[in-house]
Amino acid sequence: MRGTDSILLAFGAIRGHRLRSSLTILGMGIGVSAVVLLTSLGNAARSYVTGEFSELGANMVIVLPGRNETTGGIPPIMGETPRDLTLDDALALGRSPVIREVAPVMLGSVPVSARGLEREVTVIGTTSGMEIVRNLRMARGRFLAAGDPHLAAPECVLGETVRKELFGADHSLGEWLRIGDRRCRIIGVLAPSGVSLGSDLDDMVMLPVASAEILFNTSSLFRVLLQVDPNLRQEDAAREIRRIIMDRHEGEDDITIISQDSVLATFDRILLVLTLGIGAIAGISLAVAGILIMNIMLVSVTQRTAEIGLLRAIGAPAGDIRRLFLIEALLLSGLGTGFGLLAGILGAVLLHRLYPLLPLAIPAWSVAASAGTAMLAGLVFGALPAIRAARLNPVTALTGR
Amino acid sequence: MISLRGICRHYRLGEQQLAALTDIDLDIAQGEYLSIMGPSGSGKSTLLNQIALLDRPTAGTYLLNGRDVTSLPDDELARIRRENMGFVFQFFHLIPRLSAAENIEIPLLLAGIDPSLRKRKVTEAITAIGLAGRSAHRPDQLSGGERQRVAIARATIMQPSTLLADEPTGNLDQATGKQVIDLLEDLNRRGVTLIMVTHDQAIGGRAGRRIRIVDGRIIGAG
Repeated sequence: MRGTDSILLAFGAIRGHRLRSSLTILGMGIGVSAVVLLTSLGNAARSYVTGEFSELGANMVIVLPGRNETTGGIPPIMGETPRDLTLDDALALGRSPVIREVAPVMLGSVPVSARGLEREVTVIGTTSGMEIVRNLRMARGRFLAAGDPHLAAPECVLGETVRKELFGADHSLGEWLRIGDRRCRIIGVLAPSGVSLGSDLDDMVMLPVASAEILFNTSSLFRVLLQVDPNLRQEDAAREIRRIIMDRHEGEDDITIISQDSVLATFDRILLVLTLGIGAIAGISLAVAGILIMNIMLVSVTQRTAEIGLLRAIGAPAGDIRRLFLIEALLLSGLGTGFGLLAGILGAVLLHRLYPLLPLAIPAWSVAASAGTAMLAGLVFGALPAIRAARLNPVTALTGR
Repeated sequence: MISLRGICRHYRLGEQQLAALTDIDLDIAQGEYLSIMGPSGSGKSTLLNQIALLDRPTAGTYLLNGRDVTSLPDDELARIRRENMGFVFQFFHLIPRLSAAENIEIPLLLAGIDPSLRKRKVTEAITAIGLAGRSAHRPDQLSGGERQRVAIARATIMQPSTLLADEPTGNLDQATGKQVIDLLEDLNRRGVTLIMVTHDQAIGGRAGRRIRIVDGRIIGAG
């Protein structure tokens, strides 16, 4: 029997039972579209989160004082610090050719007041490099000036929340602000950016790192943010950073380096596993649809006993019968897959229309995996009915009219 | 040339052995017109199934054109049936979802014959049975006699040497039954061996050679 003839004959059998076949195809279609939709949703969540991370600033590396074995995740709050990371360490890093920009961070909580209003605010001592490393945008004014970082200029930059609470609708640029026991002039206000990497950039005040050193009476940095050469692999950059600091710390490797890559990779892994999990749960419906196909095919074999008997009598080998029923099962799951993919893609497009913020993209692997699983289910669950059909004894099959 | 030697067919029914056929010796020459008659349950259909190679004997030997086919594998038997035997059944056994032409085409389909040749042969066959205008009709749109004529066209499309008919008129009225018998006898006159099971004396009596079977044994020409 020719292959095309087998397919046509099997297709005719499917068309012969329109309702039954279309319900089976629907079942398979729902399973496939569920897999496609859910995995694309998971994927969307994943690219959303990783997108948020890239907004932190490209090629960012964080250097923390203290040695800690970590491959990303949340940096240790209280690192054991055998030796402080100082402004001079940060500046030394900035002189390396692999580092584009450096932003030392000194952190503390200090009462800040203006025009009789006072509030406790997170104060960050840093340099002009911060603007580039953290990809900051100004709402008005300018950021800290690029000059000698050791100079304690009486300037500061406000976050949007602080500005609103201290000045409300009033003019803030050029006003004086009291930070702890120091006074400084407001030279700029940051554009609202929301919470990222656990710190609310809207709810803080930035001032030159030298001012912060005096304010907090310390020379130890909370951390150093670096923007490395994008052409360089981050491991190589990390090795270079470690070498520079070791030179300055008498050969002691006492820093922790967190690259944006490793943090991102961790989140990416978590969300990928989550997406796969969701996909696998949806995949269960494919197995259910496979069982549906088996059920329908078994009914079909029973109903068409006489037909099978006739085909055997007029000379169809058992293999032909088996193949016919397998093709029928595969056609059912194939049609289901086709409609399911179509529905899944349409659903994803519709969701994207409704929620444009969600970067919905159907991952190619989910299309391949759901289609593959559906066809495999058709093959596996179609096998038993096909074998049963081929085993029918032509004499008994024919007498059953 | 079909020759059966000592063919027995026993069924197991629980503990009991049921002898459906006992010691059948039968030679059928090419071109013969043979009727098998007997009361129901006598084993005439069982004998037809043996001749048709649809069922294997419990004991005995089957020689087809001098070749022992008793213990050939199933697929080989299927091939022999496809190429040498045509079947006509009481209940027609047409596939309900296929048109008359498509039903006739099935044996050609199974033999893997080229589509253009298939189309030509089917057109010839359907014209020969006088149903050219109804080739696109499905079985439920045909009368009983028309259905049996389609079944005969299907049985003869591979030009088999032997035609096996099991109560071919059992489901037809007198007049259409006569037409079907005429069609079969016409084929026999052209050299096809015709073997017919019937319990209708009038029809069985028309055959050139008649066999009576009772309790699984041939009890002579009747």
